[in-house]
Amino acid sequence: MSVARFWRKQQNRYNLIGNQCTVCGKYFYPPRGFCPVCRRDGKIVEHQFKGTGKVVTFSIIRSSSGNFKLLTPYVLAIIELDEGSRLTTHLVCDIDKVYIGMPVKRVFRKLGEEGSSGAIFYGTKFVPA
Amino acid sequence: MREVAVIGVGCTKFGEKWESSFRNLFVEAGALALEDANLSGEKIDEIFVGNMSAGRFVEQEHIGALIADYAGLATDNIPATRVEAACASGGLSFRQAYTAVASGMSDIVVAAGVEKMTDVGTEVTTDVLAAAADREWEGIAGITFPGLYAMIATDYMHRYGLTREQLAQVAVKNHDNGAKNPNAQFRKAITLDTVINSTLVADPLRLFDCSPVTDGAAAVILAPLERAREFTDTPIKVLGSGQASSTIALHDRKDISTLDATVAAGNRAFKMAGIERKDIGFVEVHDCFTIAEICAIEDLGFCKKGEAGRLTEEGQTAIGGKIPVNPSGGLKACGHPVGATGIKQVYETVKQLRGDAKGRQVDTDIGMTHNVGGTGATVVCHIFGRK
Repeated sequence: MSVARFWRKQQNRYNLIGNQCTVCGKYFYPPRGFCPVCRRDGKIVEHQFKGTGKVVTFSIIRSSSGNFKLLTPYVLAIIELDEGSRLTTHLVCDIDKVYIGMPVKRVFRKLGEEGSSGAIFYGTKFVPA
Repeated sequence: MREVAVIGVGCTKFGEKWESSFRNLFVEAGALALEDANLSGEKIDEIFVGNMSAGRFVEQEHIGALIADYAGLATDNIPATRVEAACASGGLSFRQAYTAVASGMSDIVVAAGVEKMTDVGTEVTTDVLAAAADREWEGIAGITFPGLYAMIATDYMHRYGLTREQLAQVAVKNHDNGAKNPNAQFRKAITLDTVINSTLVADPLRLFDCSPVTDGAAAVILAPLERAREFTDTPIKVLGSGQASSTIALHDRKDISTLDATVAAGNRAFKMAGIERKDIGFVEVHDCFTIAEICAIEDLGFCKKGEAGRLTEEGQTAIGGKIPVNPSGGLKACGHPVGATGIKQVYETVKQLRGDAKGRQVDTDIGMTHNVGGTGATVVCHIFGRK
């Protein structure tokens, strides 16, 4: 893959920047350029998420591929941000400690690399708050 | 719209078929379907083929043309179209063929599905399947498909108190059925202990909660109902067809444990068929993981949310129960060649309704199929009747 694929998502992934539709007030992370509620009547603006939320559901991944293979076993979780939108993340914590409703906060982490000579890409992961 | 019937079906044995190539698999299933319909190739007007990822599994795209060619139909210039909706590619291929016949555009149409998954290693397979989810926002977070369904299971067990044993019973029941299906990858009964003591893949899901990696193909032939008796004494009528989409990412669902596209596609198929849930004699559901079967039974409306575990435990989803689920053995025991599964479900349903499902026969006139892409971003349902 080309570097542009990661570069164009940098602001979103590094700083947890998503969107809000100022018509319906709904927040979006991962970002959306088009409000699925208001559609063409919506007005999408950038929004900096606070970066705190709680665990909605999770799993311990015992078998994985690519960049995540060496991290097994790791916690995969769906997080609900305080603003209301949900995302999927690697939750960096002891696999025995995670529970539904656990408060979490964002951290900046390496997400992976494209082979030994390819681009290294970074972004947001979560840890217990 | 015209009424449509299935006039012929064919299916390869499912499994790790190292001796068969992608194109061999398709040709084998297609030939079986033609033979079953007592039909020669030049009568075919159009072909649809469901395939998720030949591009990454066997480095081959342009599947429609390839298949027409190796089926010996390229010189007749028959139109052939590949249909892709991840693991729902087969079901969607059937729906495309159904609309082609119902609309009057074509008369004799093949709906096929094929996947050759064992030409790459397990790690590549895991990554290819992960492409059915949102690559940019789920893939980058380290999801695997077992992991996504495991997050559904965690949510579901927390809210509805589903037990580990109830979940395991789905796999035990499907292996019981698969043991009686000559095309199944696993023809072996298992016990609750086998499931509960198997290796953890993504908590709470274990190896025996997961459908396997499989090679296989299936093909069925559709015709206008008014012409069906030219080819067969037992045409199986398509009573209802429903397709629905939902968010590509699991995290964007309102309810993690409800596949809202299953609810919508099921409702559409039932409305079109003009029948009720109690009229259905059996259902072939998309049990890519045990938890997926639990959700499917509920989301299709066969019981209330939270009750499918108890229903399964009581044996009500076994053959002879109130609503037999996956008499074929499902994805769990038959195997899951992703693009072929939706057509295999139709194959099984036709066999059942003709009374040809030896050893696993359900006595009924009406059956249903339910095929899911990803974690439920695409769902395709069909209802079939003998009369």
